[in-house]
Formats: sequence, structure tokens, C-alpha cells
Amino acid sequence: MTNNTKNIMIVGVGGQGSLLASKLLGKLLSNEGYDVKVSEVHGMSQRGGSVVTYVRYGDKVYSPIIDKGEADFIVSFEKLEALRYAPYLKKGGKIIVNTQEIDPMPVITGAAEYPHESLEHLAALGVDIDAIDALTPALAAGSSKATNIVLMGRLSKSLDIDKEKWLAALRESVAPKFVEMNEKAFELGRA
Amino acid sequence: MKKLMLGNEAVARGLLEAGCSVVSSYPGTPSTEITEFAAKYDGIYCEWAPNEKVACEVAFGASLSGSRAACCMKHVGLNVAADPLFTLSYTGVGGGLVVCVADDPGMHSSQNEQDSRHYAIAAKLPMVEPSDSAEAKDFVKVAFELSEKYDTPVIFRTCTRIAHSQCAVELEEPLTPVKKEYVKNPQKYIMAPANAIRKHPVVEARGEALVEYAETCALNRVEIAEGSELGIITSGTCYQYVKELYGDSVSVLKLGLVNPLPEKLIRDFAQKCKRVVVIEELDPVIENHCKTLGIEVDGKNIFPICGEFSQSLIAKVMGLEAREFVTPEESAPVRPPVMCAGCPHRGLFYVLAKKKVTVLGDIGCYTLGSAAPLNAIDSVLCMGASVSGLHGFNKASGADAEKKTVAVIGDSTFMHSGMTGLANIAYNGTNSTVIIVDNSITGMTGHQQNPTTGYNIKGDPATKIDLEALCHALGINRVRVVDPYDLKATEKAIVEELAADEPSVIISRRPCALLKYVKAKPSLVIDPEKCRTCKACMKLGCPAISIKGGKAVIDATLCVGCGICQQLCAFGAIGGGNND
Repeated sequence: MTNNTKNIMIVGVGGQGSLLASKLLGKLLSNEGYDVKVSEVHGMSQRGGSVVTYVRYGDKVYSPIIDKGEADFIVSFEKLEALRYAPYLKKGGKIIVNTQEIDPMPVITGAAEYPHESLEHLAALGVDIDAIDALTPALAAGSSKATNIVLMGRLSKSLDIDKEKWLAALRESVAPKFVEMNEKAFELGRA
Repeated sequence: MKKLMLGNEAVARGLLEAGCSVVSSYPGTPSTEITEFAAKYDGIYCEWAPNEKVACEVAFGASLSGSRAACCMKHVGLNVAADPLFTLSYTGVGGGLVVCVADDPGMHSSQNEQDSRHYAIAAKLPMVEPSDSAEAKDFVKVAFELSEKYDTPVIFRTCTRIAHSQCAVELEEPLTPVKKEYVKNPQKYIMAPANAIRKHPVVEARGEALVEYAETCALNRVEIAEGSELGIITSGTCYQYVKELYGDSVSVLKLGLVNPLPEKLIRDFAQKCKRVVVIEELDPVIENHCKTLGIEVDGKNIFPICGEFSQSLIAKVMGLEAREFVTPEESAPVRPPVMCAGCPHRGLFYVLAKKKVTVLGDIGCYTLGSAAPLNAIDSVLCMGASVSGLHGFNKASGADAEKKTVAVIGDSTFMHSGMTGLANIAYNGTNSTVIIVDNSITGMTGHQQNPTTGYNIKGDPATKIDLEALCHALGINRVRVVDPYDLKATEKAIVEELAADEPSVIISRRPCALLKYVKAKPSLVIDPEKCRTCKACMKLGCPAISIKGGKAVIDATLCVGCGICQQLCAFGAIGGGNND
């Protein structure tokens, strides 16, 4: 991997707002003067399927995607998705995960079991797991849709960038009428 | 000024900066946002055409009149637009004409993995391919210049990783669109044999001139690493993976003009390297060209033809050190895309599955009716194939098949290429039953307007094509409308129309539950006292319903109160919401 490039993956379930989170990160890191690449998925994958967004930043970024063993951070909007994408984590990287469980269709139809203990199993493998219930603070901020920003608040504690700059990028990323709710969600995630 | 831009937004910006006046497109992942972003610029007229052939011909007309024009589509859309494209190669252009096509290696959202470069070769057209958003914007401008200089349409190729990745793009001043004066020129624009016979040698000569251009043009770039024995020939997003892995430590020939390919440039590059490897996704196009030149290269002997590349795939093939990663013992259950809670398609497919009807499906959100637990679709081929395929199925299988086989096609897909199949059913006579799932939007690609919605690309009111009247005009007498939220009425319609001794159309009409104007009803609630865990509601495959602690429960954050599950519960356990 070239030079000092850092890799953040956002994973979750289609419809959970990963595009807004990546938009926020893209703005924040561009404002910080980094070369940034963001790669996302559209179309078929968005219909409640597993979705993944790559955010890469550094002096000079070439590839838009993140591969197995490369992610410094994985922010997972749902518990099972953390398990799915754990192999993408770099040695020494960290998974920030929302403990909310959203059953995929094979679990709903009874063809598969939801792996409830997966975070414990990952931790046993030496993976650095930061698990939070992001849904409750999101609801406290005003909407279940704000879980994405709660998790960005949590991520902000691990990146060496001023809180004010996060909030400025957040204000640039959301419609004016949602600014207050998202600021609250961010603060609750960062708390 | 620099701005972080999606590849598709950068292409749209390139269209603006190039002074393009007209863009006509049909939505298709991953190309859709080019036209959506372009529509935000006041200087460009944009539209959603009914299909890619129409879009390409609209762009032709605008070019004929002397304006710069473009059309945008996904790779399989180019199949639909191929008819005008091949002869546009002969007519050439008035104003510059650029055909944007987005391939989908890895098939994130597509039914096949075709490599559009073959079209450039077959139609003898130049093809430009950027490797990121910044190049995408610049190369669009070059494509228009090439188009006018060499009197040819230019194909502009991207792929999912270009289209849906963002990087910083330097914004420049847009050109003011220039319209050349229209001059009648029958020998150039009437492709009847006498003219086409004269035109073909011109096309061949143009190809030779473009090879000359390819030798020295700025689209192709040689990056020599002194002391490196390895030389890599690559293009597009693969260039980024190569640079990610090797930095400046190997020599690279980066091709931005992928048709025609240079000869001398490649020979000279190969001579400087001990080993030459061609790294290209999908088919061995550059590799075969090198081999035709007698240059020994590695390519598909070591790299796969199928699927998408990445830096680690290339590292593995090239024998570089692999990264370590954790491998959890337990596997994660797959999470396939599903129909949304409240999706109007669900009720229809539930009934079709219940009645064990053979279903020829089509392209759109409703393709998801094929997934478990509904498993309600038998075939999906391409846009419109459900309707024409049904006729063939019924002709071959006779009256029995007609009583238990249907086509299911969306409103937008019907306008795209279902109408002609329906005309064939009426004209050549099968008692076929076609179901148009009319959710009042083009859903899968992210809510684009179409000729049946009553709005244009800007959201302004437009002529709304009346599907019932259209089907009547295509020779179908029996046309009826049902609400797929009403299971009984839907079942009645399907049973009756399958039994009818003439062709019929059922319009299953209910707007997409995700449309902003569709207001969700309060979430339904399951009374655990009344729930007997019979799992009748689970047969719907609704993502809002699951079994928790031995009872069915509804996720209030997902449920939109559509009420379909209520109609299936024999114990009256599902309540709440309101039942109007």
C-alpha cells in the first residue's frame, strides 16, 4: 500500500444512510487537505442488501476500493455486517459497530440463524471492537435515521480532527432542517 | 476550484464544460447519475428517453442539427442503441456526438458482464476510457474534440468503480454551446446503399488516421520507471490498482484511448521492458492486440476474465506479498437485496406464487420476486423479454400454457421495449396474460420519471401516457386495473384473465412505497396472545416481519402499514394501523 493512505469502510444494510456518512467523511477529509477517494454502491445492492462504502485518504490515493486486510476502521451500521466484513480489517485496526440486529432474508425465512454472539467471537480473535447501541441515541436525537451520524460521532473520537471541523462538514452535508437533529446525534455518538 | 465528484457527476460536468447542448438517456446502473447531474445545469437540455435506441437517435438528431450532443446508458443499453450506432459510424456527425456507456464488471447491478470495447471495434468507433473522476471530466472534452475533428461519434466508456467513486475534480469555465448552421447534405446523412458504399472506405481511412492519433495523443501515457524490467499495459480503473500496488516502481503504459489501439507506442514500450503484462478487466482486448503485433505478453493466462479486479487480486496474481486478515470461523448469513416493506410488487408475487403460475419476468425492482421465499419468477433475460417470451412460450406449448403462464413487466420497462412484444401478442394471436406492475416510477435505478408518470426529468409536468389506452391501441381488448395491496382482487383478476379466451393485460397499480408523496400508515402490531406462529405472514418475505421469541413481530421502523400481512392472518393477530 502506498505511503500514508488511511482506509475507512462503512458497511451496513441498504437504506441505513451510508451514503450520507461517506458524504460527510468526504467533505471533512477534503477540507482537511487530504487527497480523498470515496467509492459507493448504487442500484440493486441498495434494496435492503448488504452495502459497503470505501473512504480512502492520504497524500495521494490511487485505488478507490479497500481490500481484505486493509481497513484502519470499519464502521458497521449493523451487527452481522461487522462479521461479514471483519476480514477487511487491517491488523491493529478497529471495528466500530452498532449492536442493532437487522435480520437478513435467510434468517427471516428460517434458512439461516442470526449469529448473535459474533462480536464476542471477533473479540476473541483479537479484533478491537467498539460496540455501541446507536439506535437509542438516534431516537433520542429525533429519528432512527440518525444512527449513521451517531456512529460518525463515535468514529470522530478515533480520528485526530477537531470536533468543530466535523460539525462544519456535517452542516455542509445535510439539508438545513435536519442540521439540529444530526448535530445532536453526532454529540450523543461522541459522548 | 476543486470539488469532490462522483465519476458520473464529473462526466456531467465535462458535458457542461464541453458546451454540450442536448443529453438524452435511459437510466441504468451505473450510468444513471450522469444525466441526473447534467439536468441540474441550466445550459444543457436533458431528458429521459423511453429507451437507449431513442436516446441515441435523439443525440444523432441534435448532432445533425449542428449542436454538441450526448446519450448515456449502461452496457446492456448499448445493445439496444447498437442499431443507430453502427450506421452513425458511417454518417459521422454535425456537432460532436458522445455516447457514454458504463460497464459493470462484477455485475453489481446487471444481468451480464459484457465488455463494451467490442462495440467500438465492431462499429469502428474511437473509444475513450478515463481512470477516475478528474480524468472523466477532461476526457469528455477531448471526446467532443475528437468527434468533430474525425467526423465520428465517440464512445466514452466507464465502469462501476469510475462511475460510483469520488475524487477531487478541478472545475473549469464551461464553453458556451455553439450551434453550427444546419446544411442539408444527403450524401453524408442518407445511408442508402449508394452513399454507404462510398462511406465505408471513409470509415476505414478514419480508423487509420485514428491509429496515427493514438500513437502520440495525450490520452495515452507512458510512465517509465528507470531500472524496472516489468512493464504493465493497462487502462481505466485497473491503472489505479496498479499504481496503488507499485507506485512509480514499474513502467506503465496507460491507455486512455482504448480503440483504436496504438502500434508503435506499444512496440516501443515493450522493447524497453523485459516482461510485459497486460492488466485489463473482462476480455483480452489489449492483450489480443499486442499478440497481433507479435509482442509476447502475459494477460488472461494469469488473470481472470470473469469478475472485477482489485489491488489485492493483482498482488496475488503478480506474486506480491499478501496482507494478513482475520478469518472468523462462523459464516455470516448472506444479505441479498429484497423488496422493501410496503413494496406493491409483493402482493402480486404472493398471489402468483400461491396460484403456481409460470412467470416470465423482466428487468427492475420486481426481478426480486424471484428471491426466496416467494420464488415467483421463472425467467429474466433482458428489457422487454417477458412479453415477447410469453408469446413464444404459449405458441410452443398451446392452450394449457396460456391458462397458467404470465409475463410481469414494470411501467418503465414496458415503455422501453414491452410495447412491441404486446403488439406481437395481439397481431400473431396468443391468449397471453401480461401483467404490468405500474409503480409510477422507474424504481431500481433510483426513481427516474418515465413516459407514464406525468413528469419529466426536472420534475415538471409532462404528457402522461395512458397505459390502459395504450394497451387497447396495441390491440388488447381486455385491460383491467387492480391494487396489489388487495390480495383477493388481485387473485380474482389473475384467475379470470388467465381463463379468458383472448389476450389480456392486468395493470397492477400502486405507487412505489419509497416515493416521497406516498405517506406511510402507522406500523402494524402483532398481538403475541393471538399469534399461533403459523408463519403465514412469513411467506411474504417482508423485511419488517420476523420471528422473535417464538412469535411473529413487526419492526415498527420498517413497517409502512400496507396491510398485506393482515389479510393472511387467520387469527386476527395483526392489528394497528388503519384499514381504509
